[in-house]
Amino acid sequence: MAACSDTGRVRSHNEDSILANAALGLAVLADGMGGYNAGEVASGMATAVLGSELQHAFDARSPSEVGNDGQVWAREALVDVIGRTNAAIHLAAQSNPKYAGMGTTLVMAQFFDDRVMVAHVGDSRLYRLREQKLAQLTRDHSLLQEQIDSGMLTPEQARFSQNKNLVTRAMGVEATVMTDVAEHEVRPGDIYLLCSDGLNDMVDDETIAEALSGLSANLALCASQLVQVANDNGGRDNVSVILAKVLAPFPANAEQPGLLGRMQSWFKK
Amino acid sequence: MAKLILSMDNLVLKEIPLNKERTTIGRKAQNDIQIDNLAISGEHAVIVTILNDSFLEDLNSTNGTFVNGQQVKKHFLQNNDVIELGKYRLKYVNEGVAQAAQPDFEKTMVLRPDMMRKVAEHAAGKPPAETESGNLAPPVDLAPPIRKEPPAAPAGAAAVPPPAAADLPLGAIQVLNGSNAGKTLDLVKSLTTLGKPGVQVAVIARRPHGYFLTHVEGARLPTVNGAAINPQAHELKDHDVVELAGVKMEFFLRS
Repeated sequence: MAACSDTGRVRSHNEDSILANAALGLAVLADGMGGYNAGEVASGMATAVLGSELQHAFDARSPSEVGNDGQVWAREALVDVIGRTNAAIHLAAQSNPKYAGMGTTLVMAQFFDDRVMVAHVGDSRLYRLREQKLAQLTRDHSLLQEQIDSGMLTPEQARFSQNKNLVTRAMGVEATVMTDVAEHEVRPGDIYLLCSDGLNDMVDDETIAEALSGLSANLALCASQLVQVANDNGGRDNVSVILAKVLAPFPANAEQPGLLGRMQSWFKK
Repeated sequence: MAKLILSMDNLVLKEIPLNKERTTIGRKAQNDIQIDNLAISGEHAVIVTILNDSFLEDLNSTNGTFVNGQQVKKHFLQNNDVIELGKYRLKYVNEGVAQAAQPDFEKTMVLRPDMMRKVAEHAAGKPPAETESGNLAPPVDLAPPIRKEPPAAPAGAAAVPPPAAADLPLGAIQVLNGSNAGKTLDLVKSLTTLGKPGVQVAVIARRPHGYFLTHVEGARLPTVNGAAINPQAHELKDHDVVELAGVKMEFFLRS
């Protein structure tokens, strides 16, 4: 796993926060919004609270077990933890005038049992490169995406829209939040990319795909080169990327050298 | 805010701000932009404005609506587009671009829910309800959009090469030995990877101020002019010779 976050070329501070923990098979990326440093507070809370809460949830029960509602525990835990994180950010925004109106996007991936549970709110994305093909596994919660879905705009036209940066969902803005959670099977060789819109607004999919496949042997370099291309193209926003490469299968029923040890072996640090 | 500049025979007649969700154009008096000319239909066209974007739609006019010389039915207006109706011209000016000059004006904006209703209705092709009678409850499933940052310059820029790179001569490499000797490759992409995966790979980044070689994988670092490079990015100079996985190649700038 490798991660890189940068302020970009235009903005004065970095409101993105990232958490990448190969040992836990967890990647979280948040793109904060709000005046002064409130955006950083919101995104920082999102990654910190989610990270610790999820660890508790999976200490209690393995992600692949069946949860209270009959579904896989990872899904239930993610929805629950994201809901509580949202409430925590919302409460902070309500109780401190400096943080009023702050919020953050979220995209996260929890790897377990040859699967990945993906959750997102807002316009931060998760892509997967499999057999040289790049696929976007999340659908933005944004005005532009709604216009594309309704046929008002083509994806090509959307690049020229002045209505960028309008998200229809965000963490912390209201007391509750609707989260999209999806489960995908994972194959060895897959590369997963979590990114803030500072990357995908500045770098086209083709370049992203080429970077992921060409530089897959060196994820840290791949992450920094992607950020560099975004900045060279203008760097109008904070740019954050987390890359996770799947080195080997990781079924839940394998002989257990301890959860931690297994997870560590799946990813390159 | 976007506006239209109405002119005829290069004479500016007036400026119309696009401050309404629907701005109608036609010969009849009830239009927002009335053009009293027989070549213009009674209800000729409409411009729907959603936040910073405007869409032009021809209302089955007799003589048609043209943008930059092309007849259109529906058109997503871009800055400096010229709409032609008969002898009249309407230039679309969207100064949203200028806001990019104040990048640190960061303000979270929660828009009124009825904005989303209008968007949804427009998308569904329904005439939007009048704002004045706006006692319609906003649909619960549509949350208000939240402005993350001020609109940046049109992001179409991402699709074109970085402007600064235009000043830089195009770099290329020519293979000097082996079965591919003599072949050249123009370094048009932001990132070009070279070498044999699993053995030795390097990447050349095309940046606004030059071309940079970086080691990706392999036990050995690539050499430039016979000397191994640092693990950091190495700037390539015209006629540098790079050796990678047993292949020698010359980097040069096309002038």
